[in-house]
Amino acid sequence: MKAYEKHVAVNDVSFEVPAGSIFGLLGPNGAGKTSLIRIITTITRADEGVVYLDGEKLNSRHPEEIGYMPEERGLYRKMKVGEHLTYLARLKGLSAKDAKSKISDWMEKFGIEDWWDKKVEELSKGMQQKIQFIATVVHEPKLLILDEPFSGLDPVNTNLIKDEIHSLRGKGMSIIFSTHRMEQVEEICEHIVLINKGENVLEGKVSAVKDRFKQNLFELEYEGELPEGLLEQATVIHQKPGRLTVQVAETAESNTLLRAMLDRGVFVKRFQEILPTLNEIFIRQVN
Amino acid sequence: MDKLWLIIKREYLTRVTRRSFILATLLTPLAFGLFFVVAGLIFQYESDDSRRIAIIDEGNIFDRSIKDEENLYFKFVDTDLETLRQNFDDFDYDGILVVPKVKDVMATRHTIYYYADKQPSLDIDALIRDRVRGQMRDFKIEALQLDPQQLEALDTRIELEPEPIDDESTDASKLTGAIAAGIGGVMGIIMYIVVFIYGMMVMRSVMEEKTSRIVEVMISSVRPFQLMMGKIVGVGAVGLTQVAIWAILIPIIILVSSLLFGIDSSAQMEMAQQQPGAANFNPEDTEAMVALAIEEFKSLNWWVILPMFIFFFLGGYFLYASLFAAVGSAMGDDLGEGQSLTIPITIPVILAFYIMIVAIQAPNSSLAVWSSIFPLFSPIVMPARLAFSPPVWEVALSVVLLAATAIFFVWLSGRIYRVGILMYGKKVTLKELGKWLFYKD
Repeated sequence: MKAYEKHVAVNDVSFEVPAGSIFGLLGPNGAGKTSLIRIITTITRADEGVVYLDGEKLNSRHPEEIGYMPEERGLYRKMKVGEHLTYLARLKGLSAKDAKSKISDWMEKFGIEDWWDKKVEELSKGMQQKIQFIATVVHEPKLLILDEPFSGLDPVNTNLIKDEIHSLRGKGMSIIFSTHRMEQVEEICEHIVLINKGENVLEGKVSAVKDRFKQNLFELEYEGELPEGLLEQATVIHQKPGRLTVQVAETAESNTLLRAMLDRGVFVKRFQEILPTLNEIFIRQVN
Repeated sequence: MDKLWLIIKREYLTRVTRRSFILATLLTPLAFGLFFVVAGLIFQYESDDSRRIAIIDEGNIFDRSIKDEENLYFKFVDTDLETLRQNFDDFDYDGILVVPKVKDVMATRHTIYYYADKQPSLDIDALIRDRVRGQMRDFKIEALQLDPQQLEALDTRIELEPEPIDDESTDASKLTGAIAAGIGGVMGIIMYIVVFIYGMMVMRSVMEEKTSRIVEVMISSVRPFQLMMGKIVGVGAVGLTQVAIWAILIPIIILVSSLLFGIDSSAQMEMAQQQPGAANFNPEDTEAMVALAIEEFKSLNWWVILPMFIFFFLGGYFLYASLFAAVGSAMGDDLGEGQSLTIPITIPVILAFYIMIVAIQAPNSSLAVWSSIFPLFSPIVMPARLAFSPPVWEVALSVVLLAATAIFFVWLSGRIYRVGILMYGKKVTLKELGKWLFYKD
C-alpha cells in the first residue's frame, strides 16, 4: 500500500511475476502503475506490504539487480554516450572494466560502435532511446522493468528492441512490461496484471485471462444455404451470406452446432472460436 | 560509499573539463591583472607632452631659481607680458605664468595667472600651485622674520599606538587594524561569492536533472540523499579548485605584470589612499609602512586563520548549497516560478554581507559578535573577524553552531529533495515544502 497525502495511489495490489517470463503491468492512466513501479525499484517505500525479489525481501542491494527504464526518459545531455553508459553501469555495481566491455558489446549489437564519443544532445530522440535501453540492461539485472519501451521508436528499432527483450528473457531475465498498447501486450506478454484505481482487477496468464472473459463466440464460414431451424440453439450476433457469428450458451454446444451443420450437408470452410482481445477486456474491466 | 564517490567524481569532472569553467578560471585572474596594470598605469600617468613655461616673477618670489620637472621646463623671462602674448607663437612657450607682487604678507590668498592657448592640465595646475605655495611660504617666513624651526615645531603628527592591557597579550601595531580589516574583507567577499555562485550552481543542476528526467533513472540506482550529497560535494570541490587556482594565479599575475610594466608599489599605495576610509598615510612613510604591513601580515596567526577559514567555507557552503538543492528539487520546468523560493535563502546571505562590511570596521561591536555566532550569518561574518583575533569562546561557539546547523540543514534538505525530485506539475509553496519534510519514504 502506498498513500500520498489524502490520496491512496496503490492499495492492496498483489501479484507474482514468474521468473524468466514477460509480465504485462496494465492499467489506465492514473491507475497507480508508476507508484507501483517506484516501489518495486526501491525509489519509494510502500507504507504497507512487501515486495520479494527471488524470495528475498526488497533491500538495499537489490537496485543492482533491477533495471528500470522509466516512461519519461532522460540522460545528461552534455555527457558523451560512452562515459554516460559507463557512469550508469558503475552505479549499478559494475567495475570500470566490465562496464566498458559490456557497453561495447551492446553498442556493437545495435550497430552504434562509433557513438562512444558523441554527446547525448547530438542524438535524436529515438537514438537516445537505444542508449537508454542499453543503460537499463547492461548490468544484466534479474528483473527488468520497461515502461512504454517502444514509444518514439520507428518500426525497425521497435523490432530490434523487441528481439532483444525476447533474447533477454531467454537468458532468464524476468521482465515487467508496462504499457497502454494492448496489441503489444498480446504479442509479447505471457502473464498480465491489470490494476485500476490502485487495486488489482485481474491477474494471470494471458490465455487464462482470455478464457475467463470469452463469450463463447464462434465465427464460421460456409458455402451453400443454411437449413432452417439450425441456429435455434444459438444466438446470431452477426450474419452475412456465407459468414456467421454466433454465441452459444456453453463452449461444448459449439460441437453440437458444428456436427448438426455437417450432418445437414453444409460445407463448412472455417469454424473458429473468437477470444476477446486484451483491448476489449481492458475496456470492459476499467469502465 | 562507492556510489557517492562515483557521483562526486562525475559532478566534479564534467564541470572542471567544461570550456566555460576553464575560461572563467583563467580569465578572472587575467582580468585582475589587467585591472591592476591599467589602474597602476593610470595612477602613474602624468602629462607625457612636454611643456615649456615662461615665468614672469614680478615680486621676485622665486629668486630666479626653480627646479624643472620631467616634461615640464620653466624659464624666467624679463620680457613684458604684452610682448610675450603678442608673439606667443614665435616664442615657442606653451604657457606664461605671471606671479604678481605680494602686496600684503598677511594675505592668505594670492592669485597667479597662467596665459596659454590651452587650459593647464590638472597635474600641471596642481604642480604649479604646489611650487608657488612652497616658495611663497619661504618668502613670507623671510619677510616676517620667523624662525623656520619654530614653525616646523608647530606641525605635529600624532600617531596612535595600541598597547595591550596586560603583558601576556600580543602587542598590536598601529597597522594591525587596517591589515585585519583588509584580510577580513577579502575573506568575507570570497565567502559571499562562493555561497552564491556555487549554491546557485547546485540549484540549477538539480533542476536540470529533474526536468531532463534523468533523476528517475538515477534514483533507481542510488538513494536520493546520495545523489544530492554527491552533487553538493562535487560542486563544492569545483569551487575549492577555482578559488585555489585564483589564490595562486592572481598574486603571480600581479607580480609578473608589475615587473613587466614597472608599476611600483607606491602607485598602489596612492591608489589605496584614494579609497575612502583607508588610513591616511604620509607618502614619505610609505616604505616604512609597507615593511610594517608585511611584518604584520606575517605575524597574524595563519595557522588558526586558514583552517578556520576553510571550516567556515565548508560549513557555509554545505548549509546554503543544501538549501539551494532543496529549492532546485522543488522547482518545475519554469525557472521563474520557483524564483520566489530562493528569496528566503538569498536574504540572509545578503544581510550577512552587509553585516560583514560593518563588522570589519567595528569587529567587536555586539552586532558583529552575535552575527558571527548566528549560523546563517557566521560563514560570512566570522571569517571577516578572524584576523582581529576574536575571543576563543566566540569562535568555538560559532564553529559548533555552524557545524550542527549545516548538518541539520543537509538532513532537512535531503527530506525535501527526495520528495521534490519526483514531484511534477505542482505549484510549490513554502508551506508545501514544509509538508514534504514529514512525508514517509
